[in-house]
Order: sequence, then structure tokens, then C-alpha cells
Amino acid sequence: MALDDKVDCGRRRLIVATATVGGVAGFAAAVPFVASMLPSERARSAGAPVEVDISKLAPGQMLTVEWRGKPVWIINRTKEMLDSLKKTDDKVSDPKSGKQMQPEYCRNETRSIKPEILVAVGICTHLGCSPTEKFKTGAESGIEADWPGGFFCPCHGSTFDLAGRVYKGKPAPDNLEIPAHKYLGDTKIVIGIGQDGKEA
Amino acid sequence: MKKLLFVLLFAPLVALAAGVELHLDKAPNRAGDMAALQNGAKIFVNYCLNCHSASYMRYNRLRDLDLTEDQIRENLMFAADKVGELMRISMQRAEAKLWFGAAPPDLTIIARARASEFGSGSDWLYTYLRGFYRDDKRPTGWNNVVFENVGMPHVLWELQGQQVMGEGHKLAIAKPGKLKPEEYDALVADLVGYLQYMAEPMAQTRKQLGVVVLIALGVLFVFAYALKREFWKDVH
Amino acid sequence: MKAQMTALLGWVDERFPLTANWKAHLSEYYAPKNFNFWYFFGSLALLVLVLQIVTGIFLTMHYKPDAALNASGVPVAFASVEYIMRDVPWGWMIRYMHSTGASAFFLVVYLHMFRGLLYGSYRKPRELIWLFGMFIFLMLMAEAFFGYLLPWGQMSFWGAQVIVNLFSAIPLIGPDLSIWLRGDFVVGDATLNRFFAFHVIAVPLVLVGLVAAHLLALHEVGSNNPDGIEIKKKKGADGIPLDGIPFHPYYTVKDIVGVVVFLMVFTAIMFFMPEFGGYFLEYNNFFPADPLVTPPHIAPVWYFTPYYSMLRAVTVNFFWIDAKFWGVVAMGGGVVILLFLPWLDRSPVKSIRYKGPIFKSAVAIFVVCFLILGYLGMLAPTPLRTLVSQICTMLYFAFFLLMPIYSQLDKCKPEPERVTG
Repeated sequence: MALDDKVDCGRRRLIVATATVGGVAGFAAAVPFVASMLPSERARSAGAPVEVDISKLAPGQMLTVEWRGKPVWIINRTKEMLDSLKKTDDKVSDPKSGKQMQPEYCRNETRSIKPEILVAVGICTHLGCSPTEKFKTGAESGIEADWPGGFFCPCHGSTFDLAGRVYKGKPAPDNLEIPAHKYLGDTKIVIGIGQDGKEA
Repeated sequence: MKKLLFVLLFAPLVALAAGVELHLDKAPNRAGDMAALQNGAKIFVNYCLNCHSASYMRYNRLRDLDLTEDQIRENLMFAADKVGELMRISMQRAEAKLWFGAAPPDLTIIARARASEFGSGSDWLYTYLRGFYRDDKRPTGWNNVVFENVGMPHVLWELQGQQVMGEGHKLAIAKPGKLKPEEYDALVADLVGYLQYMAEPMAQTRKQLGVVVLIALGVLFVFAYALKREFWKDVH
Repeated sequence: MKAQMTALLGWVDERFPLTANWKAHLSEYYAPKNFNFWYFFGSLALLVLVLQIVTGIFLTMHYKPDAALNASGVPVAFASVEYIMRDVPWGWMIRYMHSTGASAFFLVVYLHMFRGLLYGSYRKPRELIWLFGMFIFLMLMAEAFFGYLLPWGQMSFWGAQVIVNLFSAIPLIGPDLSIWLRGDFVVGDATLNRFFAFHVIAVPLVLVGLVAAHLLALHEVGSNNPDGIEIKKKKGADGIPLDGIPFHPYYTVKDIVGVVVFLMVFTAIMFFMPEFGGYFLEYNNFFPADPLVTPPHIAPVWYFTPYYSMLRAVTVNFFWIDAKFWGVVAMGGGVVILLFLPWLDRSPVKSIRYKGPIFKSAVAIFVVCFLILGYLGMLAPTPLRTLVSQICTMLYFAFFLLMPIYSQLDKCKPEPERVTG
């Protein structure tokens, strides 16, 4: 009987050892298959950083470019537009940009690197429609009498100020996303690479 | 019965005699020689990548050759903006066929396609690129020892010079080019080395991984066999 | 923990025959204890089937069956294969696994069938196992044929063109049948898309069903063995065959060793010589399909070459019908005749170990002829090669057609009572 126990123990150890080696080999074999579902070089190339020349962008004007299939707005904000941000501070739900919808270097009053230039992803944080620009102030905007200027999403009525911050009480939960970007010189922005040089 | 078997066994060897023979020179091996492959890439982009596309190859893959993206962008990209793009050309195939008689084939995997029982694809390309000779009967003025009546002119003629077909099917240089024959051969070897790399960029990785996998399986074999022996002790 | 597992198993067993099937097919399926090297290939065939399905699924995520030309003038299907090779992470490895697996499948299946031939595994009461197996073989050939068109290289295109044209040799209905098969007047996008459907789902479903049937038929009767004797004839007091051992754990553990050795050979090829000298990945298939340029030398992939030789061997017109048609008949006949093996072999013994010198010589000649036919099928025809093919084809058919006679004339040895090593 004691002999049987010894055989059983040795056999069990061998089974466990073989199963472990086999399991590791099997896992290693599975990794390439799972990895093959990651974005291919073609997808990564299509999602590559985009360079934008803003030398011709006049104050008060907006430019839209495509990055990773999404519209990205670049707005050259006037002094009035920047001043309006203080007025909307208590109208927006996340005035200090506490939620991580922007890179660290854009967590500021203007949510940008250079105060005048806003770079934001033009997709509403509710369900993904693209808001329309409403830079005209006051009743002319068609939104409300003391509208300071910003964006209005036609799908469910969310509104954003001129730093892309979402108004309180609207369907959209978050401020507009600020993508990783950096300046190559004064008038060239590359969207998709952060200030640390890493690709988004 | 045995005689029949004997005859049957040897018949195929006799039958081997027939068939079109190609004599190919052996291409020097440039695999792993980064300097040579970079040179080859440079020659390819400058001389070939205008008529021929390499439309499955991305520029940024050239990082395999120890080049940085900036180096690739500054030295090797004439027809594209972004380093992640494919090595396409602007010439349309239909037009190319009209102008040259045959559309110049895509060269990405030409080094694999040209392999045969007479030699590797590299051997074929190495002999081809050194085998152009003057032939006034051809519209381009050139013919080739490996590819009879080829539609391609001798793009590298200024470097090699002009060869003519002499007595006994031998090629000889009639007008020398900018490079001496050994220098031209080395240049072609670099270019062919690059083409071989481009045809299968993951070849080195594949072989290295193969060693690891075989060793791992060897370890697994030891355990599996021990386990089998252990269980089969019961069976008599 | 153990109590909970037992309870869970009990819950399942009340609703599903899990333990019952585990016992019937594994832990209490008694297989002869004298299985030798030739008995590895069944489980290996199952392994390769799983491999092909898994790699196939992942390839289908990226492959595009489209014969139209892309912006660079290259067919989309061909370009998508290179996309897999270069741009998809690990795509090259999955591709090589699939291409090596295709050739491995046929090698393993041919060896598996040869085991059947050696030991009389097709004899009563195992005829149905053999028939299911033959249908699997036919389906496998179809699967390989459909799959080979998908890379849309020169060999893919022209191989398909030639084979589909063979159907046009059938009298009366041939040409229309070919058009129906192709979905067009020549092999084109329509053909590519439907072959994709066949290769990816239709044939694999049938294959899996046939493999299940094959195994069920086997387990119903019990496995044969190298001595060709029935182990169920000698049972112990407990009803278990004296020469039987439970499949699990003995053959599961032995088959694992077989799998590891197979994988060593498989990965050696896959990682070091995936093209295998142009036999597994043909060189000419690295040129995209060109309907206007016929390759100088079209040959099918190595696993079809024996039957291709038979096709080309028929050069005489019989009656008013083309030699082309009779070639197709010969080629088809070469495969179909295997179906009749259970009824052609009239020997009193099953295994070659106890058969006489006539049968042993016949098998030797058959093997040599098959190999020669395979070799010649890869080469361009010459008058001498055609003559040799014709002789070998006749010997191949003679092996089967004369078997009822020589298997009875043969001087057999007495079979043992119990299995030997």
C-alpha cells in the first residue's frame, strides 16, 4: 500500500509538471493569435499623426481636420472669446477640467497649450454627433439671450463653451476631448503626438 | 518482377534530361548586412521605384535596416508624404502597358517569385541585372540573357556600361560605364540583397523564433515522454 | 471544493451525457494494447484539422476575396495576403501555419490511410469507418482545391482554370456545367467568392460532421490493431477485452508524445523552410493572377500529383469521346476505387503480417507506383514520362481490380490468438 502511494505521488507530480509546461507552451502559442487582432500597420498608418498649418487661421476662425476618422477643430480665439470663459465658469459642470478629457498640459483655464488656439475633438461626449459652431453671441445665436458663444449639439441639445466645456444639466456628461498635440514652430500643430513626443 | 521494379525506379531519372535550362550566377549573400541593405534600398528607391511599385512595402518598415524614420523620410521618400505609407507609384498600369508593352511588375515579392529549380530568386535577379546586352532588334535596344526579349531597358547602363553578346554566347563589355565590373557587381548584389529582404522582411525573426520554439518543444517532449513511460509501466 | 465539483458534475450529468460519453469514448473505450507508429496518424489528422480551422478563422479576419485590382493595379485578394504577411501582427506566422498545415494534412492522411491498407482496418465490420474516411478524403481534396484559389496567384488561377475546364469534357452537359461552377465564362471574381464560401464554411462543416461520424463508427465496433485480430473475442470476467487498455489515460498520454514530435517537425518546416523548395508554397504563386499570361508549366500541388499523373496518362480517344474525358474518369476512378477496398480484399486474414508473398509484393508495387506517379505529376510530360505514367496507372488499378483473385490465392500464415507486439 505504501508503494502504491509513492507511485501515485510521483505520477501526480509528473502530470502536474507536464501540464504546466504544456500550459505555458499553449499560452505562448495563443498570444500571437490574440495579438493579430490588434490594429495592423495599415490601421496605425491611417491613424497616424496629422500636421496642420495654422498660419492662415485668422482670429475668430475655425478650421476642421480629420484625425483617426474623427473631426478635430482648431479655433483661433479672440480676446472676447477668451474673456467669455470666465463668464461660463459657473455654467459648466467641470470648470476646472478635473476629469481627464485632456492631456495634463491642457488642464488649464483655456484647455490649450497656447491660450488663443483651441484644439478639440469635435464629437459630442453624449452619443457621438458632431456639434455645430455657435460663435455669434446673444439672442442672434438662437440659443438664449445671454449666449456667450460656443457649440451646440443638434442631436440632444448639449452645449459647450469656447473651451469645449460642457454646460450643466445637459445630456452630455463630459467636456470635449482635447487630443494629444504639440507645436512644431509657431504655426504648425501636429495632432496625435503629445508634448512628450509619444504617439497618442 | 524485380527487374520491372528496377526499371520503374530508374525511369524517372532518365526522364529528367528534358526541359529548358537556366544558368544562374550565385548571388552574394547580403542578409543581415545593414550597410549593404541600406545601400540597396537607396539604389532601389532611386532607380526602380518610378516604373516599378513595391505596393505591399511600407516606408517605415525600413526601420528593420537600422534606419530612423527621419532618415527614411529625408533620404528615401520621393513619392510619398508620410513614412507609414506604402511604396506606390503614380504610373497607372494600363498606361504602363501601353507605353512599354507590358506593365512593369510590382517588385515587393519578386525575389520569391523568381525562384526556380535553377536557383533562388536572388540568383535570378543577380544574373538578370548583370545580363543586359545591346540588341538593335529590340525596341529598347536592349535584350537580356535570363529574360529573352524583355520589355525593360537597361536602367543601370550608365553604371555598368554596355555589354554585347559575343562568340559562344558570352557577354563582354564593349563600352565601359562609371563603375568597374567588380564595383557594379557589388552594387547589384546590394540591390538584390535589398530585394530579398523586401520580399520577406520577417525572415530573420522567423528563423530566430523557430529556434526558440524547437527548444521549447524539446523540453515539452522530455516531460511528455516521461509521462508516457510512467503510465505505460502498467501495460504488459 | 471536491464536493462542489462532484455536485456540479452530477447536475450536468442529469441533463447531459457528459460522464457517460467520457466513459464510452475515453476512459472505458478499450483499444488494443499493441498500437504501433502507424497508429499516431489518426489523432494527428484531428490535430491538423483543428489547426487549420483556428488559423483559418484568424486569416479570414484579414483576407479579402476580391479579384478586382486595387489602386496599385494588384488584385485585392493577392494584396490582402501580403497585408497579412506584413501589416497584421503575427500574420506571417498564422499564414505559414495554414500553408504548412495544408500539406501536413495530406501527408498525415495518406499515412493514416496506408495504415488501414497494411492492417486491413477496412475489413468487416469496419467498412463504414473506411467509407466515411474516404468521403473525408474526397472532401479534403475539395477543401484544398477551393482554398488554393484564394491567394489568387498565377498557380491558383491557372490550376483552377484547368480543373474546372476538365468538367467541360463531360459529354453533353460539360460546358454548361463548367459555367455554372465558375459563375462566369472564365475563372474570375464570381468563382473566387464562391470558392471562399465553400472553403471557409461549407466544406469545413461537412468535414467536421464526417469526422464525427468516422469516430462514432469506429467506437461502435472498436479499433483494429497491427495483428488484425479482434480483441473483443477474448474478454475477461469483467467483460473487458484481455488485450484491451482504456484509451484514456494510455493512448491520450501516448498521443501527446506523438503530437509533440509532430509539432517539432511541423514547426521546423514552418519556421525554417515554409516554402519547402517550392512544394508547399509554389514560387509561381508569388505572381498575381494574370488571365492573359499562362505559366509555362502548370502543375497541381504535390498532394494531387499522383492523380494528376493518371489524368495525363490517358492519351487515347475511346469510342467517340475525348481522351480528356477518359483522363478525368481515370483520375476519379483512382480515388473512387479505394471505396471498394473492403469488398475487394478476400483474404482470410486482415493484417499484412499474416498475408502471403503475393499480397506483400502487390502492396510494395502499389506504393512504388503511387510515389512514381506523384513524382511524374510534378514534371512536364514527355513521351517517356507518359509511358511510365501509363504503366504505373495500370499497375495502380491492377492492385485493386485483381485483388479479389490474388488475395484468395495467397498463402497466408495463421493468425495468433492474442495480440503480439
